[in-house]
Amino acid sequence: MHDRIIVIESNLLVNVRDIGVRRGERWLIRHVDLRVPGGELVYLIGANGAGKSTCAKAILGLIDVDEGTIERAPGLAVGYVPQRLTVSHTLPLTLRRLMKLTGRYPARDIDAALTAVGLERLGDPPVTSLSGGEMQRLLIARALIHRPDLMVLDEPAQGVDLAGAGVLHDLIDGIRRDLGCGVLLISHDLQMVMDSDNDVVVLLPHEHDAPHSAGPSATADGRDAGTAAG
Amino acid sequence: MLDDFLVRALLAGVGLALVTGPAGCFVVWRHLAYFGETIAHSALLGVVLSLVLRIDLVIGIFASACAVTLLMFYLRRRGTLPADTVLGLLAHGGLAVGLVTLAFFPNIRVDLTALLFGDILAVSRTDLAVIWGGGALVLVVLGRIWRPLLAATVNVDLATVAGMHPERTRLIFGLLMAAVIAVAIKIVGILLIVALLVIPPATARRFASSPEQMAVAAALAGVIAIAGGLFASARLDTPSGPSIVVAALLLFTVTRLRLLRGSRTAR
Repeated sequence: MHDRIIVIESNLLVNVRDIGVRRGERWLIRHVDLRVPGGELVYLIGANGAGKSTCAKAILGLIDVDEGTIERAPGLAVGYVPQRLTVSHTLPLTLRRLMKLTGRYPARDIDAALTAVGLERLGDPPVTSLSGGEMQRLLIARALIHRPDLMVLDEPAQGVDLAGAGVLHDLIDGIRRDLGCGVLLISHDLQMVMDSDNDVVVLLPHEHDAPHSAGPSATADGRDAGTAAG
Repeated sequence: MLDDFLVRALLAGVGLALVTGPAGCFVVWRHLAYFGETIAHSALLGVVLSLVLRIDLVIGIFASACAVTLLMFYLRRRGTLPADTVLGLLAHGGLAVGLVTLAFFPNIRVDLTALLFGDILAVSRTDLAVIWGGGALVLVVLGRIWRPLLAATVNVDLATVAGMHPERTRLIFGLLMAAVIAVAIKIVGILLIVALLVIPPATARRFASSPEQMAVAAALAGVIAIAGGLFASARLDTPSGPSIVVAALLLFTVTRLRLLRGSRTAR
């Protein structure tokens, strides 16, 4: 077992230490360190194939790690916003029904969550009719209705235009402030990341296998992130 | 009233349709039609099993269907073979092993036609009790796993993060399918059972705006198909199982046509 649910530093939601995930002989990620303190936004960035989603899935407990440890705060409530959600046309699912996918909530909580992401005027259309941006907002609303301590968002701005990405980013940061939750935001949008002053974790896609290659690193200050290369 | 074989047939069919409707919705949503075929095909093994061991047919089929379901989950988990290959292996493997085993017992006679196409007119009072009792049990369990199963159908990761154990829910649904098919085979047969799981939900999709509405509409469409098929079978002297499937197919087609015309005039 690699998972332990004791967090030593009190305000840390998640403490990831030197984790690696392997598929056969190949390491998808290796030597990843990452910490998300309560109420803070941490970026996880990297090129395509660097293992961002793998890293997120390990933190969410969706896949097992082959080395290293992941510590979570006891009773941590996690809200997850997947990269995309494709709903089959054979499944009739409306916007408000999707909000109740993983739990029962009173209508006023659903209204509040939809208002928080700006979808309150949309009514109750089938989710298959939503645009990419509307779907992302809906998924965020769905995650925040759980009142999570930690939100994990996998490239929420993908498939959204540049202006939309900025709005989405402000939205996420606003939710973090309002809810006081920690946020782990996966992104490949370097510009957005560099313009902010949050923590940044950079995943580098190469040299996972070399021993003692300084792999991806976490830093306390955004601007000198990603110092290590293999 | 129950003395009339047509009334018994109708009651059996309605009881079955009320279960295959909601369960069939998940077959359609989760793309499990071939999974249903696999359980149905391998049911022949269960038939042989129950004849050799002299146990009730439904219990024999249910036992073999459960075994096949568990084996399927195990093979899928090992993950070296693609899903449809695993299903093909078990479906036709089960059917063939059943037929070969049967050949070793020359004094056991099996009505293969009834097995393949069902014989709803031969339904007894005991069968009725099994169908309604078993059906009620399946619906209760399905109702209890409804939310997690639906969540896992939409997105497995979301369900897992919400602590819903999708793998366990999937297994429970697999066993429910085994039960539904075990009960249904007597009525519509090995070759036609999947039609009853797939066609009514496909018909219902157009009329539903929520998963729950679709489940109810599918049950209703199934009941109409059963009643229509039985009626036609009695009037036209056609085989009952195939007549029910044809009725379901007609209902599907007619509702499509009507909707097509409706949408055209709307524009």
